[in-house]
Amino acid sequence: MGLFDVDFWKGIEPSKDKKFLHGLYDGMFTLFFKPNEVTHAGTHIKGPMDLKRLMIHVVIAMQLCYVLGAYNIGHQHYLAAGLHTGIFDAMHLKIVLGLMQILPIFAVVHIVGLGIEFYFAAKKGHPIEEGFLVSGALIPLIMPPDISLWMLAVAVAFAVLLGKEAFGGTGMNVVNVALLARVFIFFAYPTSISGDGPWVAAIDLETRVTDYSFLHTMFNPIFDLVGWSTFEGGMPLLESFTGATPLVLAKEGWEAVTSQYSAAAMFMGGIPGCIGETSKLAILVGMGILLVTGVGSWRIMLSMALGVALTGMIFNVWGYNEYMMIPWYDHFLMGGLLFALVFMATDPVTASGTNTGKWIYGFLIGFFGLIIRVMNPAYAEGWMLAILLMNVFAPLIDFYVVDANIQKRLKRAKA
Amino acid sequence: MTLTWGIIIAMVFIVLFVMLVTTLGEGLVKITAKESNIDPAKFSVLPGELSDIIGSSKAKPNFVPADEQVIDLKKGFDINLLGEAVIETEEIPTVRSATYALKPKDFIGMSPIPKVVANEGDSLKAGDPLFYDKKRPEIIYAAPVSGEMLPIQRGEKRSINEVVILADKEVEYRKYENIPNLATTDYEELTKFLLGSGAWPFIRQRPFNIVADYDVRPKSIFVTTFDTAPLAPSFNKTVEGKEAEFQKGLEVLAKLTEGKVHVALDGRGEEKPAAAFLNASGVERHWFNGQHPAGNVGVHIHHIDPVNSGESVWHLDVYGVLVLGTLFTKGIFDTERVVALTGAELSNPTFIRTSQGACIDKFVADVDVITSVEVKDEEGNTVEANRKNVRLISGDPLTGTEVNANGYLGFFDDQLTTVSEGDYYELFGWLLPQKGHPTTNRTFPGGFSPKATYSADTNQNGEHRAFVVSGEYESVLPMDIYPQYLLRAIVANDFERMEGLGILELAEEDLALCEYVCTSKQNVQQILREGLDSLRAQI
Repeated sequence: MGLFDVDFWKGIEPSKDKKFLHGLYDGMFTLFFKPNEVTHAGTHIKGPMDLKRLMIHVVIAMQLCYVLGAYNIGHQHYLAAGLHTGIFDAMHLKIVLGLMQILPIFAVVHIVGLGIEFYFAAKKGHPIEEGFLVSGALIPLIMPPDISLWMLAVAVAFAVLLGKEAFGGTGMNVVNVALLARVFIFFAYPTSISGDGPWVAAIDLETRVTDYSFLHTMFNPIFDLVGWSTFEGGMPLLESFTGATPLVLAKEGWEAVTSQYSAAAMFMGGIPGCIGETSKLAILVGMGILLVTGVGSWRIMLSMALGVALTGMIFNVWGYNEYMMIPWYDHFLMGGLLFALVFMATDPVTASGTNTGKWIYGFLIGFFGLIIRVMNPAYAEGWMLAILLMNVFAPLIDFYVVDANIQKRLKRAKA
Repeated sequence: MTLTWGIIIAMVFIVLFVMLVTTLGEGLVKITAKESNIDPAKFSVLPGELSDIIGSSKAKPNFVPADEQVIDLKKGFDINLLGEAVIETEEIPTVRSATYALKPKDFIGMSPIPKVVANEGDSLKAGDPLFYDKKRPEIIYAAPVSGEMLPIQRGEKRSINEVVILADKEVEYRKYENIPNLATTDYEELTKFLLGSGAWPFIRQRPFNIVADYDVRPKSIFVTTFDTAPLAPSFNKTVEGKEAEFQKGLEVLAKLTEGKVHVALDGRGEEKPAAAFLNASGVERHWFNGQHPAGNVGVHIHHIDPVNSGESVWHLDVYGVLVLGTLFTKGIFDTERVVALTGAELSNPTFIRTSQGACIDKFVADVDVITSVEVKDEEGNTVEANRKNVRLISGDPLTGTEVNANGYLGFFDDQLTTVSEGDYYELFGWLLPQKGHPTTNRTFPGGFSPKATYSADTNQNGEHRAFVVSGEYESVLPMDIYPQYLLRAIVANDFERMEGLGILELAEEDLALCEYVCTSKQNVQQILREGLDSLRAQI
């Protein structure tokens, strides 16, 4: 029947000469059906794992981050205005607000990213590869909710073109594509991704009122019909609202953070921040999925956590300023640390390939990341830069690990 | 504060819920398994006892002598397939094929057109020379049975596929007159005799896994007495009743090396090695425990006497030792071996006794290899076409060679495997596979019960991609080698790095499991062989 029928697909298969069309068709067809290709050289039977399945499991692991992240966009908006402050108050408004923020971001990322991917696949005559499945799902989660869509489009294009296609496509990239998109926005448009501005959606910070667009108000008639509350623009924000994230407050120490945001709120995700990083609970669920299925490397996660813990303890002992005094374990509750640890550092293509290398790689990310977070006055978060730095050094780490193996063999030959 | 408690309670609830669902699921699967007459114990998901959770180490099997150590290999994976050969009668039946053949392509590195010395129509005895490789003319490849030589079967570019013999009813053996006396002979005389006898090709060497080069005397010789490959038969049956020949064969080998003869024994504890292996004298015994490839000679060499650049280690299978032994005890070239007919496509997988290079037509008579199907041609008319249902493999499903229904067993093979062809489309097969596969990957429910048995097919289960996953190959290779980096060095043609990363210690069979588990569906064995070939061409 229809899409679930092989004959239907075979009937609409475009001719192989039309490279772009056939590539597109092939990409869609293989999404529905496992191909009928049999083994020809080498082993006659092959294991059931393939790249599509690997990638989809990372995407599945992110789903709770999407759900809680989207809801939190709406929740943070109403907290700023001091309306519907209960978690479950006016759910319909919060859900709509969250979706109207996240869906355009998701759409833009995929239209730009997949467009470039399809173009290069057709150009090279390769099948469409599934690498962007994960990058495309990660990018919305590491963006502030109020990001301009055109900036996002430029950043994604830059990351996919220069980060991936220039190196030969999926599996060949040196640095993490999703992080490259974010770092592009960070350096090209620094004011729009840091400070107090971008973390809460649908507000005007200058006039300090709520500010809805057509995307939101078009739902008002429907809500009116069922008698629910509606979006009302121009409502004043709370006097106390600053939009500051825990990381900004952390410069004055842990008390300053907890006076604004409780530890429970930081854990559950009731704080402003990038869409996917706010809810530690959702990230921990994703971490569980990655670890149980073995898709994410436990070595990198553990060694990075160890790196953070050790560096945090050193800072605690040093205690030069309030930021250094923050207990090392509380660092895990703030900012993008946990998200970076679970989803970013574990990217198998850009991480170290050897098991020994993974320990070093993860530990150094934790070490450098916390140094950047605590000691850098200009920018509050360090993981993006630490991971990109270690992405570049991962081949070097592997080189020395593999070289040790070579030296061992040489020594044995001489003995 | 209440929120914190809420979280804690929620987490406990989630854990309890997951446990409930798993218990329920396991119960249902076990009931279904029971209904379809499969052992429910194979589908255990939850650890049954505390020791399973801790993974406490197993005790040494009781047949291992107290003063001998078992080498425990932690890495590897046993691919459990349906269709394991079973013994039906006490005596394994002898099945004689009408024709037997020697295939030059079974020998790695041999030139495609060897010099055939026998002529069509010649009456040959078992052990009479058939052909030799023009690059190494001293090594004689001999007829496995007696009979009349049939026309040579050629393939692409006149290369020789098979040299076929129409077998006599009773095997006649070539008379060897100058069999050296083992007590007095030296290396020169012994090799000269063996090269001409037809028994030499049974001796292979690392590096390169080619027929041994007699110019370089080996630093040691390895004999492997068990095979861990999927559906592989146990050598215990092959050696039964031939204990004296096996011991004699080992004595011949001891003359060939200045070092030791190492015999690797099965220390997994499931089956006691045959008396011939246990009581072998004049050799060094080693016990290995672990999953496949724990029975591969490459793994044994790596752990006991690794090959360095410029060195050579020889190795033989059990039937190779038996051929040598029979030559020196009875003075005949006897290639009889026990062959396992395996795979879920056979109605009764079993063992038979036959000679090397037997035609398989009798063994697979009841298998529907080719069926006719209706397909639409370009104009939309329905026409009949042939579809290959079953793949016949001489050897195991990881390293064997595909043969036709009237093809021949390979020189080194003692196993015929049948696997159904997997040329089907599966709706969302990558996401929700309907069929179980042997796997350690925990994105599949089967990954949690690696002991479960499955039927296999030849579907590639995905498309070819660049290397993405790391650490996957290492997890199934019990050697101190980085396969992915080695493969990259091969692709980059970096000879120094290839050697440094241990290519000389490897043969295709050692990396076959890496190819099986590969997420990116890389042709690992093929790449390795290209590397070995180009390295060999350099020397």
